[in-house]
Amino acid sequence: MYDTFSRFNEYLRMAWDSLKTHKLRSLLTTLGILIGVTTIITIFTTIQGLNQYVYGQLSNIGASTVYVQKYPWVIKGDFWKYRNRKNITYKEYLALKKYCTLADHISPEVFSVKNVFYKNESLDNIFVIGTNEQYSLTANLFPATGRFLTELDVRHKQYVCVIGYEVADHLFHKENPIGRKIRIGSDKYRVIGILEKKGDFFGQSMDNFIVVPIGTFRRVYGGHRGLRVALMTNNSDDMEDMKDEIRGIMRRVRKTPPDQADDFSINQQDMLTDLYNKLTATLFTIVFVIGGISLLVGGIGIMNIMLVSVTERTREIGIRKAIGAKRSHILIQFLIESILIASVGGVLGIILGFFAGNLVLAQMDLSMGVSLLSILIGFGFSSLVGIIAGFYPARKAAGLNPIDSLRYE
Amino acid sequence: MLIQIKNLYKVYQLGEIQVEALKNVELAIKKNEYVAIMGPSGSGKSTLMNIIGCLDVLTKGHYILNDQDVSNMDDDRLAEIRNKEIGFVFQTFNLLPRASALHNVELPLIYNGTPRAKRQELARQTLEEVGLGDRIHHKPSELSGGQRQRVAIARALINHPSIILADEPTGNLDSKSGEDIMKIFDQLNDAGNTIILVTHEEDIALHSNRIIRLLDGEIVSDDLIRS
Repeated sequence: MYDTFSRFNEYLRMAWDSLKTHKLRSLLTTLGILIGVTTIITIFTTIQGLNQYVYGQLSNIGASTVYVQKYPWVIKGDFWKYRNRKNITYKEYLALKKYCTLADHISPEVFSVKNVFYKNESLDNIFVIGTNEQYSLTANLFPATGRFLTELDVRHKQYVCVIGYEVADHLFHKENPIGRKIRIGSDKYRVIGILEKKGDFFGQSMDNFIVVPIGTFRRVYGGHRGLRVALMTNNSDDMEDMKDEIRGIMRRVRKTPPDQADDFSINQQDMLTDLYNKLTATLFTIVFVIGGISLLVGGIGIMNIMLVSVTERTREIGIRKAIGAKRSHILIQFLIESILIASVGGVLGIILGFFAGNLVLAQMDLSMGVSLLSILIGFGFSSLVGIIAGFYPARKAAGLNPIDSLRYE
Repeated sequence: MLIQIKNLYKVYQLGEIQVEALKNVELAIKKNEYVAIMGPSGSGKSTLMNIIGCLDVLTKGHYILNDQDVSNMDDDRLAEIRNKEIGFVFQTFNLLPRASALHNVELPLIYNGTPRAKRQELARQTLEEVGLGDRIHHKPSELSGGQRQRVAIARALINHPSIILADEPTGNLDSKSGEDIMKIFDQLNDAGNTIILVTHEEDIALHSNRIIRLLDGEIVSDDLIRS
């Protein structure tokens, strides 16, 4: 054991000396590996950072909530097929509320974009959501100060609103917004609560909206708008049954003929997760192909330079064999040298890829990170290329005849 | 008997033609002998040296070295034998150009698995014995021809081989350095080492106790000149 380790140490020393003697040559040789590993590590680091973020954001859409909508979240094929569907109506929401037994919470949602004013301050194009008191649960939104809508607010169509963190910040600065009246479009609403800060999603603020009672919304802005209905179950085992139930109710209310497909969509979080996973998987494949080609080219470069090295050092090989080196000694010596060249490229690639990946993440305002897996992958791939590329030259070296090698000029 | 060669043939195949480099060679060398193998170029002396040094294998016959039949050994076994039994000294020194004197001398010990610290200690001692104690970190290019050959001798000695096999050891040296090197061989023989010199220079051969002459692949004379 000691013997093996000591000898390995010796080979490593010899290989390192050899690389040092040919600094430029070694660096140029390993460039292909460097580029390949850099590519892979960059994308790996980026996607890992992105994953953490996207999964975090997607979990905001509760896993046990489904959304009944005109459009599916992920559109496959013909957009016009969906475009021609009837809107989801308030009547349908009432039907779901009445008949859907598995849903524990249900909220109708209508949307509009309005300008908002308070004293001299104004905000343009703020997202206004008309909904009910259960929206807090289905959308996972809770007031940081004040309160959310209550059933009474909704039933009596009060002119009250709950505002997002950023809206409060921009309109009120240091003033306490609770109880103040703001103007949304042409009507005045009393602020009853401010929502928790949610942060950004791909540079898009998640705190830039206002929630008002749906009845008020429909009275002021008209009842013609299509709805989105969120239904949530407290027991995730009921998800599939709840979807079936919803489908049945919707088809009945919309009078969808039995031979026709659903003319509405039931959306849920995992559709987005699936889409995201598919996208990143495609990206991974592309990157591995590109990185793989670089590694292949790099490997050929290493094999080439190792063949040159074996020829240049024929005499050295002869000397080593004359004084007692076995085939395996020479084989391992050259293999380790080849692995070392590749690993130098691999390590530089890992460092470069790490910086490049984190630079991309920083550009997207995402938190930076280092992944042990990507380091292992970078190291593993480069070493593997070193072994494969070095094997033929090393075997050639090991097979040299000592007499001829000693005479080689 | 240290070396016993019986009925040795070495045949090379050059295209269609078979060349007999050695024919029916019979040779016995005892421990602590000082033998010179002589002959003009093409006489087969290099081939004989390669076979004695286990660098090459014979075509027919038997070669028993230190009670081991090495006639039919494979490459790796021969490498072991070379490492253990043979110390080579070449005309062109054959040192690793980028390695220090110390590293060159410790090389044989790397291949028999001697730990690093012990290796370096032994190499330093051996270099001191050949008078290069102050040059251990010099590379071959920083040493004179005589000094390089002394590094090579230290490398040959370090593993305490049964035979020191020197192939024209003074061929690349001026006469003064050549004499110095031959003195080292004489001392080594006095100290009990078995030495085989391959040379075509008479005055070098006269350092030995026994001269074997080869011509056209056959031993033509085998004379004891001193006992």
